[in-house]
Amino acid sequence: MKVQGKAFKYADNVDTDVIIPARYLNSSDPDELKKHCMEDIDKDFVDRVEPGDIIAAGKNFGCGSSREHAPMVIKACGVSCVIAETFARIFYRNAVNIGLPLLECKEAADAIQAGERVSVDFEAGLIKNENTGKTYRAEKYPPFMRRIMDAGGLVEYIIKK
Amino acid sequence: MAMTMTQKILAAHAGLSEVKAGQLIEAKLDLVLGNDITAPVGIRAFKKLGKKAVFDRDKIALVPDHFTPNKDIKAAEQCKYIREFAREYAVTNYFEIGEAGIEHALLPEKGLVTAGDVVIGADSHTCTYGALGAFSTGVGSTDMAAGMATGEAWFKVPAAIKFTLTGSMSRFVSGKDVILHIIGRIGVDGALYKSMEFSGDGLKNLSMDDRLCMANMAIEAGAKNGIFEVDDKTLAYINAHSAKPYTVYRADPNAAYDAVYEIDLGKIRPTVSFPHLPDNTRAIDDVGEVAIDQVVIGSCTNGRIEDMRAAAEILKGRKVKKGVRVIIIPGTQKIYLQTMHEGLVDIFIEAGAIFSMPTCGPCLGGHMGVLAKGERAVSTTNRNFVGRMGHPESEVYLASPAVAAASAVMGKIYNPELL
Repeated sequence: MKVQGKAFKYADNVDTDVIIPARYLNSSDPDELKKHCMEDIDKDFVDRVEPGDIIAAGKNFGCGSSREHAPMVIKACGVSCVIAETFARIFYRNAVNIGLPLLECKEAADAIQAGERVSVDFEAGLIKNENTGKTYRAEKYPPFMRRIMDAGGLVEYIIKK
Repeated sequence: MAMTMTQKILAAHAGLSEVKAGQLIEAKLDLVLGNDITAPVGIRAFKKLGKKAVFDRDKIALVPDHFTPNKDIKAAEQCKYIREFAREYAVTNYFEIGEAGIEHALLPEKGLVTAGDVVIGADSHTCTYGALGAFSTGVGSTDMAAGMATGEAWFKVPAAIKFTLTGSMSRFVSGKDVILHIIGRIGVDGALYKSMEFSGDGLKNLSMDDRLCMANMAIEAGAKNGIFEVDDKTLAYINAHSAKPYTVYRADPNAAYDAVYEIDLGKIRPTVSFPHLPDNTRAIDDVGEVAIDQVVIGSCTNGRIEDMRAAAEILKGRKVKKGVRVIIIPGTQKIYLQTMHEGLVDIFIEAGAIFSMPTCGPCLGGHMGVLAKGERAVSTTNRNFVGRMGHPESEVYLASPAVAAASAVMGKIYNPELL
């Protein structure tokens, strides 16, 4: 699978409370919740995000609560993948389980700037900055997680199994 | 091959004689937990799986505690959805508000977790039960659904960081200060993907409430789990609360650790985390002048009886500073009763604090104490992220019940030793 989109750039330790604030979690409807994605650190995100866009961030992306609503709203906004130096572990698990691709790559996460066009080839594990022409190699998923992702998430994987 | 405590528990639950860090395994689960925010998503995923029954109706716990008593119609609908699921699938451990409390205070008290268990919960502070010598970790709703359906979960076996505790804490220092100090030292991703294992001579000087508080915040260092070596105190607690069989797993003496920290409990000062990350810590002596609007004492971190006592010790015969709002929340109905019977509720109310029923409410800016723009709170909860307790321009300072109570009296962050 290949995707391409413009980048949104964030710093280290983007927590699940800013990805989707708890005050909205009296609902679990992705279409309602996605209106508030990132609003506490980036008010314009929901107006500017388009299908295929990419989030690039620093260390420990998705730290904090276990709320699956966090990867759920990022996916519902149309974001095609998140590239970060590292991910918080519950967020990482949740993203795998619901089929939101994540790529760990410090060099790409550092270099990509807000607004740049980025393309990703998941099979090859390659990230390309279309503005600068530079390419980066990301950590590939272990085969077990790849199978969950290919099935479309953990629920679909268990049904298939 | 030598294994850590966590690795031994995981190996036993995966039916393997040994596991090593980084290995992917599927392990049997002793308990699967969800709350009113995460369970609705989990139940929807469970229904997609098309299963006619849950794997074991006695091994699922559903605790509506975040927006309860229902704060609005949407919250009420979410709780109703869980209640109907619990009824339809005859889930034994569904707790209505009158018999419940905050999940991580409740489950140990109800004896639902014991040493050697593997527990997943769709709540990040599920790591609390490591205090009992269990492997216990937070997951998302889809993992909860898969766990309810199959009784298994996939795990990447974690490496570990060892904390060797020595000495004993001085007066007004508690498990909260120890864990804030540790998080300040290693950072919010200092234990990313790893176990935090606590052992050493100093362990005997930590109460079970101290240990539950410390294990609770392992996630704030990014850890997969926090786990305490089992000793006489653990066994006494387990025997007093649970009839379930338990197994004590000990780390091999030559187990490999990515790092070992020696922590002298006697050197730890009352500690405060400044906004907006739990690792932004300062010893109380370096806090300076920080005026506050609100104090919250409670939560899955510090809503236990010793926390209530620590707050009461400070507030007894004193008054809350005029203009400061003080909210004290016991973790469970049982703790509520005990707080009342010990006369602590009188102390709180006479001091000018409010004493609430158990709820997670204000910790996550849900209800029962939301902050306005520009307001500051000292809170015994576990997170001080942007917007955590209300307006994105409000601030949360994390501290122990003793520091929070002293701050309530002075109207600014204050050292209880100086009162």
